[in-house]
Amino acid sequence: MESFACPFPIQQYPQVLLAHGGGGKLMQQLIEKMFTVAFGPKPQDGLHDSVVLDLPKSRIAFTTDSFVVHPLFFPGGDIGSLAVYGSVNDLAMSGAKPLYLSLGFILEEGLSMQTLWGVVQSIKKAADSAGVQIVTGDTKVVDRGKGDGIYINTSGIGIIEHGFNISPGRIKSGDAVIINGDVGRHGIAIMASRAGLEFETIIESDCAPLNFSVKALLDAGIEIHCMRDLTRGGLASALNEIAQAAGYSIAVEESAVPVREDVASGCAMLGFDPLYVANEGRFALFVPEKHLGPSLEVLKKFSLGLPAAHIGRVLEERKSFVILKSFIGANRILDMISGEQLPRIC
Amino acid sequence: MKYLDEYRDPKLAMQLSQEIHHITTRPWVIMEICGGQTHAIVKYGIDTLLPKKIELVHGPGCPVCVTPLEMIDRALSIAGRRDVIFCSFGDMLRVPGSTTDLLSVKAQGGDVRMVYSPLDALKIAQENPGREIIFFAVGFETTAPANAMAVHQAKVLGLKNFSLLVSHVLVPPAMEAILSSKSNRVQGFLAAGHVCAVMGYDEYMPIAAKYKVPIVVTGFEPLDILQGISMCVKQLEEGRYEVENQYVRSVTLQGNRHAQDLVSKVFCVIPRKWRGVGEISQSGLGLRDEYKDYDAELKFDLTGIKTMESPDCISGLILQGVKKPHECPSFGKKCSPEHPLGATMVSSEGACSAYYRYKRNS
Repeated sequence: MESFACPFPIQQYPQVLLAHGGGGKLMQQLIEKMFTVAFGPKPQDGLHDSVVLDLPKSRIAFTTDSFVVHPLFFPGGDIGSLAVYGSVNDLAMSGAKPLYLSLGFILEEGLSMQTLWGVVQSIKKAADSAGVQIVTGDTKVVDRGKGDGIYINTSGIGIIEHGFNISPGRIKSGDAVIINGDVGRHGIAIMASRAGLEFETIIESDCAPLNFSVKALLDAGIEIHCMRDLTRGGLASALNEIAQAAGYSIAVEESAVPVREDVASGCAMLGFDPLYVANEGRFALFVPEKHLGPSLEVLKKFSLGLPAAHIGRVLEERKSFVILKSFIGANRILDMISGEQLPRIC
Repeated sequence: MKYLDEYRDPKLAMQLSQEIHHITTRPWVIMEICGGQTHAIVKYGIDTLLPKKIELVHGPGCPVCVTPLEMIDRALSIAGRRDVIFCSFGDMLRVPGSTTDLLSVKAQGGDVRMVYSPLDALKIAQENPGREIIFFAVGFETTAPANAMAVHQAKVLGLKNFSLLVSHVLVPPAMEAILSSKSNRVQGFLAAGHVCAVMGYDEYMPIAAKYKVPIVVTGFEPLDILQGISMCVKQLEEGRYEVENQYVRSVTLQGNRHAQDLVSKVFCVIPRKWRGVGEISQSGLGLRDEYKDYDAELKFDLTGIKTMESPDCISGLILQGVKKPHECPSFGKKCSPEHPLGATMVSSEGACSAYYRYKRNS
């Protein structure tokens, strides 16, 4: 986190009050002293109820996502960077170039201004690194005890500059399935900070923007059939969703899926399967077999951990199963998770 | 990964599989005791590497599955009280009681917390002197030492607001119950490696001798299990019935004496009811009189709880190895992980859950 001092007169309001969301002077002060400092000056003709944007004449992508992560800060990221990359990545998965984000805060009364400032700065940094602008926002404050510090909603708009229809309906038998790096890091980083688990190395979340990797794939002329980010439910759930939507079965090699050693041992300890653990900077890519090599070449340039890997292929059978070839060579179903993974007893 | 990848090596797995094929001349029924082993067998497809003559049946060693419904109903009753913080291992939270489960109690306002160790619950008790903290102490010999330590420490610290809801069970009496049952088909056992890491394996020798069954203490990785099966089949083929130790990297003959001493200090052996099986004499642990102040069943009024088992669930037969999950008419239809009728469909170590997740298409 950047170490700029909180612009609020700490002695006056070291914590968020209900009035900071009440529409009066304190809210104005919050906008002026914190949000416009971070996200740019007010328009010359004043703030309106909505922002008016110029968009090129093209298809647009639009998405929304809410973020309720606990703890607010974790190794490798925080709720702010997560809120930016979450919507940026959702846009990128349809091949869009993300341009604008909205930012809705639900703050809990009593939240430290310093914490809020830390999150706001992280949002600014993440938005800059992903090349998106925060163009509109909203703040509400709820009674102490009725929130978890900060909840954030972001919605995003991106433009589609390519001619493809990127969706599960486009995948074909024989397509190669690629992931852009090692899986399981975000979920284990969060679990470890929640549970106070310590490993020999610090496991950092893989939280990162994916729009530049996607742009590079498109620029390289890769015929992208489908993409899906591997957030909640992890790789297994994403592949199952695609198999069901597309009507094809997908075969995956367990030994080809990159998992960092510390993540694998964290999973083994907690009784988790890394294939079901959440990621925030990973996606599955479906391309024709002939584009496998070039896709891996492009993705390796954006590597933020273990490199991209070819993990499987789309089968001819139309049963919508995901079939995993286990480490020892036997096949089994890789099912969608039911509820949450819960740590086992022994 | 060190100590993990070595035990998942596909070439060695194929070698062991061939070895088992080579030595098997007759049909044998082998039971893996532990739910962790069941899960690994189905997850890695180990059963598909075995000769058709070898049948693996899944044992009662899933702590969640064998915890009796009455005990879950008691947990639900305590967890719903406003003055308590109810702590449990994550696996127990989704297990259905007669009417609801702990996650639903939490959603209705109960303070139900998932912890990783009973010592975490003890810490919560220290931090919340005005509330009663209960830890749901389930499991086999594996989890008993940490639970014993929590109670021991609570007594040393003079904590009055901490108690255990105890539903501890023991492996050897369950094996004897299976072996002495008229419907028993089991001819050899893979004993549970982690239970033996605590208890050692000398207590299995009288069972092997009395019932003339080979028992192989076995680990949890694919190569462990294949090697355990190979050792067990070899004994069966040669007509031997000894206790052998495959899991030498974790298990010694005597086990962990410190842990055993602590367990004996805090707990005594009592009869326990097993879900789906019924009461087995001297098959569980209860708190000793000196520690009765830490017994949640004595601390709270638990009268008036009505327990109703689903008439469609055959988990008792599954836990005894008499039936396989897919032989149940409700499997995958009325009963699924989203709407479980019994605990074997809930726990990550439960046989029905393992079959549902990994073997539904076969």
